[in-house]
Amino acid sequence: MPTKVLIYIKVHIINPTKNFMTRIEQFVKEQADYYGRRRNSLMPILQAVVQSERYLSEEAMVAVAEELDLSTADVFGTASFYTFLDTVPRGKNIIKVCKTITCHMKGKDEIISTIEDQLKIKLGSTSSDGRFSLLQANCLGWCHKGPVMLVNDEIYTEITPEKTVEVIRDYLKKTK
Amino acid sequence: MKNKTIKKVDLIFEQVDHLAILDKTLNRSSEEIILDIIDSGLRGRGGAGFPTGLKWKFARNEDSEQKYVICNADEGEPGTFKDREILTQVPEKVLTGMAVCGKAIGASEGYIYLRAEYNFLLPMLHQKIDTFNNVLKEKKFDFSVAIRSGSGAYVCGEETALMESMEGFRGEPRNKPPFPTSKGYLGKPTSINNVETLVFALMIANLGPKMFKELGTFDSRGSKVFSISGDTPSAGIYELELGMTLEDFVNEFGDGDTKAVQIGGASGYCVARKNFKSTVIGFEGIPTGGSMMLFNSSRSMYNILRDYLEFFEEESCGQCTPCRIGCQQLLKGVEAVKKGLKPPSYLENLQRLSETMKIASKCGLGQSVGNPFNSIINNFREEIIY
Repeated sequence: MPTKVLIYIKVHIINPTKNFMTRIEQFVKEQADYYGRRRNSLMPILQAVVQSERYLSEEAMVAVAEELDLSTADVFGTASFYTFLDTVPRGKNIIKVCKTITCHMKGKDEIISTIEDQLKIKLGSTSSDGRFSLLQANCLGWCHKGPVMLVNDEIYTEITPEKTVEVIRDYLKKTK
Repeated sequence: MKNKTIKKVDLIFEQVDHLAILDKTLNRSSEEIILDIIDSGLRGRGGAGFPTGLKWKFARNEDSEQKYVICNADEGEPGTFKDREILTQVPEKVLTGMAVCGKAIGASEGYIYLRAEYNFLLPMLHQKIDTFNNVLKEKKFDFSVAIRSGSGAYVCGEETALMESMEGFRGEPRNKPPFPTSKGYLGKPTSINNVETLVFALMIANLGPKMFKELGTFDSRGSKVFSISGDTPSAGIYELELGMTLEDFVNEFGDGDTKAVQIGGASGYCVARKNFKSTVIGFEGIPTGGSMMLFNSSRSMYNILRDYLEFFEEESCGQCTPCRIGCQQLLKGVEAVKKGLKPPSYLENLQRLSETMKIASKCGLGQSVGNPFNSIINNFREEIIY
C-alpha cells in the first residue's frame, strides 16, 4: 500500500490592501495630476509632500518615483540635496533659527538655549510628542533684524529670549 | 575734512504706473529696448555684474521657438536681503520688468525662482501674478509668469544650478559654456536676471538711459540697493549711488568704531579700517551684490571667518573636489591654528589651497571662498592665530 505523502506548499498571499492606495500614495497621485509627470514636476511635488507631511518618508519617495517613472534612488538623490526637503521625520512645527554671522553676533545662541529649555529638546531633535523640531538654518535673509527664526513659513524678527518664549507658547496652544 | 555726501536715490522703491510703462514698451521694437539697456551701462545686480543689455542681446539673437525669462530671487548670500524687500514693496515692477525682458528677447514664459526661506511671500505673489497674467492676456501680449520655489540650497542662486533645480535635479552647477543665453532652462535660450536688475531695466525702459548714466561712475553706472547690517545704528535697505568710497560709507552708516567692513556678503571681501579711504564700492573697486556688513572693534575676526567657512562647508554642493574638500580643510585648518595644533605658518598653506580653489572650482561658490579667507587673514592675521 503506497504511503500518502503530504506536501506543504507555501502560498504567498498577496496583501489584499495592496490594491488600494494608501493615503500618501493618493496624495502623491493628486499632486502628480496637478503638477504633471515630467521631471520638472519633481520639485513641486516633493515640496507639496513636505508641506503636508513635514518630511519625505520612504513610502512617499517610492510613490513619487512610481508616479514620475523615475528610480527611487534618483528621487532620494534629488531630495537629499536640499535642506528643506527632510528625509527624516520632523515635528508638526519646525523651528529654524538663523545661525549665520549677523544673527550669531546678535545672540542666536541664547535664543536656541531658551527654546531648548522651554521644549526640553536638543538642537537638531524633535520633541517626543512630535509637536516641535528645533533646527538651525543658514542665512534666512533678515540680517538687519537679527536674530530671527522661522516657524514653519512664519518669520519672527528681532527676537529676544522673552519674545521667543511667547511665540513658542502660542504654538503650544495651537497644536494640541 | 569735507566729505562728499552719499547720494540717496529712489528708482527701485518708487511707485510707478507699471501698466503705462508696459504699454509704452510693448509699442517699441526689441532692438530699441535692448539698445537703451546697453547704452545705460546697467550691469547685473546679483553680484557678478554682467552687462544686462548684452545678455538680452545674446538671448534675442538665438534662433529658437521657445525662450525663457527667469527672475533669480534665490537670495542666499549672507548679508543680502534687498530682493525680499523689492518683491514685498514693488512686486508689480518686478513682473513688468520680466515682461519687458520677455518682449526684448522674444520669450513667452517667465519664472520667478523664489528661495524657500521667503515662502511667506507666496500667497501675495500668486495673487499679483494672476492679476498680471490676466492683464497681459487682455493686451494680447504672449507672456505669462509663474513661480518656482527653492528648497534651501545656497548654491541654487548660481544660474545654472538654479536651472538644474527647476528641471527637478540636484542643484549642481553646469559647465559653462554653453551659457544660459544659448542653452538655459530645458536647453532653451534663457535670460536669467536678478530681481533688482529687472526693476532697473524697467526704469530705464521708462525714463531712458540718460538719467541712469548720470548716476555713478564710468565702470559702475547707476545706483544700487544696499543691504546694510552688523554693527550699525541704521541697519536696513538703502538705494545709493555707486562709486562712493568706503570711508564715506562708514561715516554715514558706521557706529563710530567700525574696524572692518565685509563687502559683498560671505563670498566678498573684508576691508580693514586702514583701507577705507582707498576702497571704492563699485565694479572698479570692490563689487557687491549689495551686502555691507559692518564690524566694530568688539568683534573677533576669527569667529567671523569661522562662521563664513562653516557656511561654505555646509553649502558647497559637493560636486567638484576642490570646493568640497577645500572648504572642509580651510575650516579645519584655521581651527587647528587657533588651538595651537598647527603652527601659524600653516596659514600660508591654507592660503595656497584657497588659491587652488579659485582656479580649479567649477562655479562661483568655490572660486570665491578665497575672497573672505585671504582678505581676513591678510588684514587680521594676529586675531586668527592668538
